[in-house]
Amino acid sequence: MLETFINLGLFVMLVATAVAITRMRRLFGVTMMASVFSLLSAMLFVTLDAVDVAFTEAAVGAGISTVLMLSTLTLTSRIEKPTTRSPLVPLVVTAITGAAIIYGTLDMPNFGDAHSPAQVGVAARYMAESPTDIDIPNVVTVVLASYRGFDTMGETAVVFTAGAGVLMLISGLRRRRRKGDDKKEETS
Amino acid sequence: MRHHLILRVVTKLLIGPIILFALYVQFHGDFSPGGGFQAGVIMAVAFILYGIVFGLEAVQHVFPSWLVHKLMALGVLIFAGTGVASLFLGYDFLDYGAFSPHHPSHGQHWGILAVEFGVLVTVTGVMVAIYYAFAMRRPAISDEEW
Amino acid sequence: MPDIEYILGHMNYWLFTVLMMTGLYIVVAKGNLIKKIVGLNLFQTAVFMFYISLGKVTGGTAPIFPVDMEIDPSVAYSNPLPHVLILTAIVVGIATTSLGLALIVRIREEYETIEEDEILKIETDLVHVENKILGEAMGGRA
Repeated sequence: MLETFINLGLFVMLVATAVAITRMRRLFGVTMMASVFSLLSAMLFVTLDAVDVAFTEAAVGAGISTVLMLSTLTLTSRIEKPTTRSPLVPLVVTAITGAAIIYGTLDMPNFGDAHSPAQVGVAARYMAESPTDIDIPNVVTVVLASYRGFDTMGETAVVFTAGAGVLMLISGLRRRRRKGDDKKEETS
Repeated sequence: MRHHLILRVVTKLLIGPIILFALYVQFHGDFSPGGGFQAGVIMAVAFILYGIVFGLEAVQHVFPSWLVHKLMALGVLIFAGTGVASLFLGYDFLDYGAFSPHHPSHGQHWGILAVEFGVLVTVTGVMVAIYYAFAMRRPAISDEEW
Repeated sequence: MPDIEYILGHMNYWLFTVLMMTGLYIVVAKGNLIKKIVGLNLFQTAVFMFYISLGKVTGGTAPIFPVDMEIDPSVAYSNPLPHVLILTAIVVGIATTSLGLALIVRIREEYETIEEDEILKIETDLVHVENKILGEAMGGRA
């Protein structure tokens, strides 16, 4: 019961942060709020027993992500211009999508059900066999590196590819193009 | 950030512990929350913090960008190389039992260590490289405008 | 008539949906590209929470065995599989987010703005000019 109340409290704060992000027009504040959102969601992950995920979210969401957002702000602009579009169409779209998703959750097993389809199957096998097979206490590490090592290799490759993409887009490796340079290249 | 004296002193004190903590998260990941992904991010934070406070030239003197770019690819190679090594020992791809045929669980320990190290190297490299890429560009907003 | 247990058991999913839709609303309604990225991040985090909550077992604990590996069979552990998937997804998420931010930086350099409306206006103006030139080249009136 206590867990339910903690969850609810965190949710109220999460929704308040999300609404603040929606309404704010100073992008510096938006960045800070996104950081707060990450920290709150890390707390929620702890109450949901996902300590590894909470660790990652706190390190990535509140740390690196904020730094990158701020460096983007210094390269672009810091105020969002007011939009002239009416918010009606987006509201209708999100309401319909949300209603569809909620309709989909109605058939789902209760939160925390130990016999839901997600709990039986391959996860139960991992929990039962990893102590004899691999003998490492942290099952998350075991599944990450050993049982699903191929998956993790793909993820590492994706991280590498994304980094290479960023370097191709904005790295200082190539001589920086200025307006004068373009003309020179065209004439030569 | 020449004028922030306290920030500079505290940063100097913090960078060592941050790297130590990253290594702890990396090598204690078998027993407690943590692993290559988290350790890589924390390790990158140490360099990014140094870069923010002391400037890009200072951090690139310590951790030059050619090295960062090599590390990005090296991590994936370590990961895939572990798999290929087990392939050559006559086992399946990424089946770490190959490294210690008499005690498959010991082989698993070695394999997981190697693979997590590869993840650490790639994630550190990518995060620092992304930070360098953003920090190298000329800002559109000057410091005073904030 | 749904009982209180059903509502408490499903309330989490509905709250995740609310967060997810806030993110979607930001992506659809706001014109600023950085804000769109933040909205995408909100959406992403809400999906992560949904995934993690599927692995939760009531009365369970984090899926880490005691260091001496003497496992008490009466202790319930939460499902480690969603944790693994989401852990890697978070790091991949920040890498792809930075790719998006890099694209925004390039767009800002090319168009001098990061507002979607202004970019669209510049694009349509360019198309008009091109059509005019093309029309004159074909010999017709623009």
